[in-house]
Amino acid sequence: MIEIEWIWGLIGGLIIGCAGAVYLLGNGRIMGASGIVGGLVDGTGRSLWAERVSFIAALIIAPAVLIYFSGRPAETNLTENWALIVIAGLLVGIGTRVGNGCTSGHGVCGISRLSPRGIVATLVYIFAGAVMVVALRSMMGGL
Amino acid sequence: MRNLIAVVSGALFGIGLYLADMTNTVRVQGFLDFLGNWDPTLAFVMGGAIIPMAVAWAMTRNRKPLIGGAFPARPEPKFDRRLIVGAILFGMGWGLVGLCPGPAMASLSFGGIGGLVFFAAMLVGMRIAPKVSTLLDSKPAAG
Repeated sequence: MIEIEWIWGLIGGLIIGCAGAVYLLGNGRIMGASGIVGGLVDGTGRSLWAERVSFIAALIIAPAVLIYFSGRPAETNLTENWALIVIAGLLVGIGTRVGNGCTSGHGVCGISRLSPRGIVATLVYIFAGAVMVVALRSMMGGL
Repeated sequence: MRNLIAVVSGALFGIGLYLADMTNTVRVQGFLDFLGNWDPTLAFVMGGAIIPMAVAWAMTRNRKPLIGGAFPARPEPKFDRRLIVGAILFGMGWGLVGLCPGPAMASLSFGGIGGLVFFAAMLVGMRIAPKVSTLLDSKPAAG
């Protein structure tokens, strides 16, 4: 599918970083996916609801448009185990809001400003994720 | 203006995530699989994203956001229970199925019913997260 994976990782990463830079320098805000959507869900971000909805709508629509016109393949390869999907969704929703950030907020935006909180959170969630992947494999014999 | 900037940022974020193949759960779980067949792509994505973001943070000195106001202040380096427990819960959910909030939204158009179910569960989690935070704050410190 994708020949040289790390090159695409780097290119995609640079574009993601530009997205965060635009949000920061333009609106003076940290581009954290969980914070932008979470503020709408729990009501803490109502004052900036239009900005949040604009961001989320573009985030959903832009890849769809790109896939439509490029004809590139698009597959999430998500598990078909519904229980796992629901439990994981709940954990991601609770964890990112309680911990105040996810891969974009703590990871990309936090590490790039050398925020100790962002760096610690990133190390912790990568470690927890790695433990989960190993546990999954030993319990179910595969992912 | 504020909403237009959010649209540009959201679109770049979605396209970057898709091109980097971060909407592919197998690739994300492959990164977390340190003891197995490790896939380094996510590290390249993170590294690539941090470069423009670091430049953006440097540019915030002696300047204001384009739309006015102020840039977000540096958070206190406080490693409280919320940060650590939140990161652990998020990491567990992330490892279980390989989705975090940004890619979950970027893949909504092609992620099928599973992707929708994950997104819905994540929103429910975000809704109950403030209760979990209160619970964490009220619990006396262990040991």
